Amino acid sequence: MTKDKTPLVEMRDVSISFGGIHAVDGASVDLYPGEVVALLGHNGAGKSTLIKILSGAYRRDSGEILINGEQAEINNPRDAKKYGIETIYQTLAVADNVDAAANLYLGRELRTPWGTLDDVAMEAKAREVMGRLNPNFQRFKEPVKALSGGQRQSVAIARAILFDARILIMDEPTAALGPQETAQVGELITQLKREGIGIFLISHDIHDVFDLADRVFVMKNGRVVGHARTQDVTKDEVLGMIILGKVPPGAVPGPGAMQTA
Amino acid sequence: MTDHTIAVPATRTATGARAAPGNPLKRFFQATEIDTRLLGMVVAMLAIWIGFHIMSGGLFLTSRNLWNLSVQAASVSVMATGMVLVIVTRNIDLSVGSILGFVGMIMAVTQTKFLPAWLGYDHPATWFLALAVGIVLGSAIGALQGMIIAFLSVPSFIVTLGGLLVWRGAAWMVTSGATVAPMDTNFRLMGGGADGSIGATASWIVGVIACVFIVLSILHSRKQRKRFGFPLKPVWAEFFVGIVSCGIVLGAVNVLNSYYMPVNLARKYAEENGIAWPEGGLDIPLGIAIPVLIALGIAIVMTFLTNRTRFGRYVFAIGGNPEAAELAGIKTRWVTVRLFALMGALCAIAAAISTARLNAATNAQGTLDELYTIAAAVIGGTSLAGGVGTIAGAVLGALVMQSLNSGMVLLGMDAPLQSIVIGMVLVLAVWLDTIYRARAR
Repeated sequence: MTKDKTPLVEMRDVSISFGGIHAVDGASVDLYPGEVVALLGHNGAGKSTLIKILSGAYRRDSGEILINGEQAEINNPRDAKKYGIETIYQTLAVADNVDAAANLYLGRELRTPWGTLDDVAMEAKAREVMGRLNPNFQRFKEPVKALSGGQRQSVAIARAILFDARILIMDEPTAALGPQETAQVGELITQLKREGIGIFLISHDIHDVFDLADRVFVMKNGRVVGHARTQDVTKDEVLGMIILGKVPPGAVPGPGAMQTA
Repeated sequence: MTDHTIAVPATRTATGARAAPGNPLKRFFQATEIDTRLLGMVVAMLAIWIGFHIMSGGLFLTSRNLWNLSVQAASVSVMATGMVLVIVTRNIDLSVGSILGFVGMIMAVTQTKFLPAWLGYDHPATWFLALAVGIVLGSAIGALQGMIIAFLSVPSFIVTLGGLLVWRGAAWMVTSGATVAPMDTNFRLMGGGADGSIGATASWIVGVIACVFIVLSILHSRKQRKRFGFPLKPVWAEFFVGIVSCGIVLGAVNVLNSYYMPVNLARKYAEENGIAWPEGGLDIPLGIAIPVLIALGIAIVMTFLTNRTRFGRYVFAIGGNPEAAELAGIKTRWVTVRLFALMGALCAIAAAISTARLNAATNAQGTLDELYTIAAAVIGGTSLAGGVGTIAGAVLGALVMQSLNSGMVLLGMDAPLQSIVIGMVLVLAVWLDTIYRARAR
């Protein structure tokens, strides 16, 4: 179905090493519009590093990135944002000491005709976007530090939506959240999918993401073990890919697949 | 990280301008949106003032002493407004005192040696050119230190510790340690004194303009909130804040206006202006001193920069979470360079005030000012962990430091004892602040 369209993102043969260690080694992944792709692997498998290359936090050593089938030059977070790539980090990358509106607009503040910050307009827009995501949210005047994990997560997600992200990267999106908040994020992902946004979910815990994802990519030791549509494989089979690098019949093997004799 | 996520009591989710439960005092602070921390500082300062007043037998709270206090606090206050932002970004600047010394020396040499050779003595443009040279030089020094910090990743503590030695040495080299004096007549006005004050009428005008701005800003903020349908402050709270603020402004002007020229100067002034010398002497009010006006102007500009511009927003975002700021696409390194350049420019202005006040530039000028500046910022509520601090707090901090200083001088305390007291007050203030913050969480 989606295979005939051009992928929204295609990373080909991407490698990066830190001081001789190949953190990512010849990895290729792709993502189609309106699709949720989960990137799975143990801690240190290279999934976060790979995705940080896409979001511009790291610069790749080799390989190429295509956005809508065209070569993209991504050297820093600003470049990535130009291509509509927004990232929500594991560590909930918000500035703790400023309020929600300031965080939503960080780096792209609204300004008055005199070039000063238009805080009132930013707060108004923040109230609108947050109202859509999390209607109970009222604490617009307080530093984000005072908010709960779920509230901080919704600030981070609102930030991405506000800037018309077309590609959303979520690193461990539910790791810091309780069950209710996790369900809320799940609903949100379904809603974003409907709007045609492509989403990468990164997790080391398969249970967090299996039901949300359309496809999974599994990484191990910096290489892609293989990928599969979630409907073609079981959780146990994916677990086998994560732990052993063993590729089940329903999946497409990658360069990191276990070599069978 | 995760520990904040667990227990946020349900009662705390309903804050802000919505109907608030709790005792009347709490409701009062919520409605007026007064910063309780800042209010605490004001109360502490008043306590110090009254304490000294009683101990010195009524010498402290006199218009003369308060006028002097305002002038003496100006130089450190100017630098403290910049130091707040430096500390907010999790940096420190130990070189401000030495930059003050070096830049002051260069400004002095510029106006006593280079400019007279070119423009002649007492040229009306001399003061301005000397100040401009100082500001450019100060910014350049700051930018250089900022670049080493931002692009070469040397910790600011080390870079500015180096700067402390380098610029102090450089100040000596300019004239091989000789003191440069006297300063240009117009330049000296920046230091205050009888000539460097604006007089009663102009002071009242400044006060009234300030009040008009206070009222306009209250009205503007109310209009903005209405435009976007945000909850409004109660009308009585708006009136309360407006009346109290205007009262403080006019009260301060009144105090400064009731300090009169010393008899000798007044007699000279009367002779120059052809006024007959009356029997009981002549009361000529000094009004606000020019260095105080400069310091207040700087505080307003810096507050504006902090709250209303992208630069200020980025400074705070970097202090809160440097990684998040970088990932949000902020050019964090350039913000650091600009911030240190700004700090350097403020040192130059402080240098102008202190050389003008002394009517001389010495190579030891500004020694230990870095510590007073940092102490003012920290007493004013700037957190050394970064991300938290206000300009108003720093100015108050500078005033508290200066109050302690001049109060102890009035009491005739020995200099070593003064240092001991100031050192202890600094530690005590930060400890109290730590307790306050722990409670506020």
